[in-house]
Amino acid sequence: MPTALIIEQLLNGLQLGVMLFLMAAGLTLIFGVMGLINLAHGSLYMVGAFACAAVAAWTGSFWLGLVASLAAAAAAGAIVEVTVIRRLYDRDHLDQVLATFALILVFSEGTRWLFGSFPLYLDIPPALTGAVALPGGVFYPVYRLAIILVGLAVAVGLWLLISRTRLGMRIRAGESDREMIGALGVDIRTLYTVVFALGAALAGLAGALVGALQSVQVGMGEPVLILAFVVIVIGGIGSIKGAFLGALLVGVVDTMGRIFLPQLLAALLGPAPAASLGGALSSMLIYIVMAGILAFRPRGLFAAGA
Amino acid sequence: MTRERLLTFALLAALLALPFAAQALGYPFYTTLATRMAILALAATGLNIALGLGGLVSFGHAAFFGIGGYAAGIVATHAMNAQPLLGLDIPASMPLVWLLAALSAGLVAAITGAISLRTSGVYFIMITLAFAQMIFYFAISWKAYGGEDGLSIALRNGFPGMNTAVPRDLFMIAFALLLAGLLIFWRVRVSRFGAALHAARQNELRVAAIGIEPFPIRLVAFVVSAMITAVAGAMFAELNRFASPSMLAWPMSGELIVLIILGGTGRLAGPVAGAMLYVMLEYWLGSITERWQFFLGLTLLGVVLFARGGIVGLVAGKARHG
Repeated sequence: MPTALIIEQLLNGLQLGVMLFLMAAGLTLIFGVMGLINLAHGSLYMVGAFACAAVAAWTGSFWLGLVASLAAAAAAGAIVEVTVIRRLYDRDHLDQVLATFALILVFSEGTRWLFGSFPLYLDIPPALTGAVALPGGVFYPVYRLAIILVGLAVAVGLWLLISRTRLGMRIRAGESDREMIGALGVDIRTLYTVVFALGAALAGLAGALVGALQSVQVGMGEPVLILAFVVIVIGGIGSIKGAFLGALLVGVVDTMGRIFLPQLLAALLGPAPAASLGGALSSMLIYIVMAGILAFRPRGLFAAGA
Repeated sequence: MTRERLLTFALLAALLALPFAAQALGYPFYTTLATRMAILALAATGLNIALGLGGLVSFGHAAFFGIGGYAAGIVATHAMNAQPLLGLDIPASMPLVWLLAALSAGLVAAITGAISLRTSGVYFIMITLAFAQMIFYFAISWKAYGGEDGLSIALRNGFPGMNTAVPRDLFMIAFALLLAGLLIFWRVRVSRFGAALHAARQNELRVAAIGIEPFPIRLVAFVVSAMITAVAGAMFAELNRFASPSMLAWPMSGELIVLIILGGTGRLAGPVAGAMLYVMLEYWLGSITERWQFFLGLTLLGVVLFARGGIVGLVAGKARHG
């Protein structure tokens, strides 16, 4: 098997992985700090993508679009937190699932109302077009490399934020004992809004970055949301480290599985049965990995507080 | 008679009257709506055993709903083309479809449940979702049975003494199944088994301490729940004459949960009330605006934020534990 193909697919897997990390980090923070399951996180991803595409089309600048995506997603997150999510923190998970499911309907249909049913297209910024030669004779798109770098930079930044700043200290304190930090005089309502908006901004960034690779359309967030849930469950809900490693694992396993599993099966079983089985198995692969991990580690790999 | 029981009878009577009223008023299409209500209510009644009584928030019941749907589609296809299924010549008969649907869903639920029930809380929600996604991806890549296009049912499976092509006959079958499902739910709730299931939900440790192991009880509840939902799925495919992969997709799982919470979690009449309101909202909002999902979402938000306990909770007050 050519090394170039393997390297290329490994990078594709990494790129998917860091994208998933941007989504999963917000989800896992929101769950860890507020104990909330947010199904509407995929909608914030979509909001980011639409904001970026609309502003980029209007101003002609991808970079302004990127700023807009962060701002729009964070604002949407803050508004939703203040109006709806805030009332759900002391409810059980069932109510949270229903309310955020309802939010998905509102966001999706609202976006369709504003932008119509046709997908929008977002161009890769001119500075990042083209491909670079990597060692091993691989030509890889610059934009995808940039996404990997942005994702890694966000991971480092998030780690610094959580472990080195006052806000991070409060977030960690909120994870371990929310009543105590309230008693110590921290304004917990504002803290929750900030955490939610931060998670939303990360989702919006992910949506904007991916928007230039795929089309920007209603419903784009939900498949990613499901993958992000797989990621945080594998990593252990509430753990940023778990989300990072889980995201890379899911990204790489999914990408590599889709390319190499059918080939492997073809070598073992012959081409005809492999063609039908390979497709099914490779789409199921990450769910099989997740079920396997949960069967042996019921709280994920890096469960917070475990 | 308690208010809850009164409400249950009133809802069922209204549902039963709907097709006849529709016929008399000249809106035969409403018969199909009533059938849809009955089928969705049955599916949610199945889920209500796991979710309402057992506190097992399964976010993967679409899998069982879809398995039922594909059972109907596969039997109808084989019977139509006169192909044997697993070496047997099979008649296009609904009871056989229900049996197949319940058995296959029960088997899948026993396997996935045994793994999923090792986890709890959010992890349980997510692992049931993961299993459902596996089955969804399996179905859309299974080319022999339609793959992504789903499986059309050219001719509905038959039922002895009924003409299933007639909307009202199909409704009566669905309604009878709903009654049977409600009876099972009620029997489970008042039985010793139901008491243990309910107790395990409230305090797992105490139940274990008095010598009842929660795991097998939950597993049985999960399997029974899946079987009922699968029979509903079979009827849903018969109604639409189409076993669609979207029956297996995760929004369907969400929809079933919505029906239960809308109606009242763990209440006998909850799924019936929820399904009736949901289908009515869907139809009514759909007829006044094409943005009906937007308003449906707002309505659901209103219910979850301000009407805790759903419709049944609103009308009949809190559940009484006797």
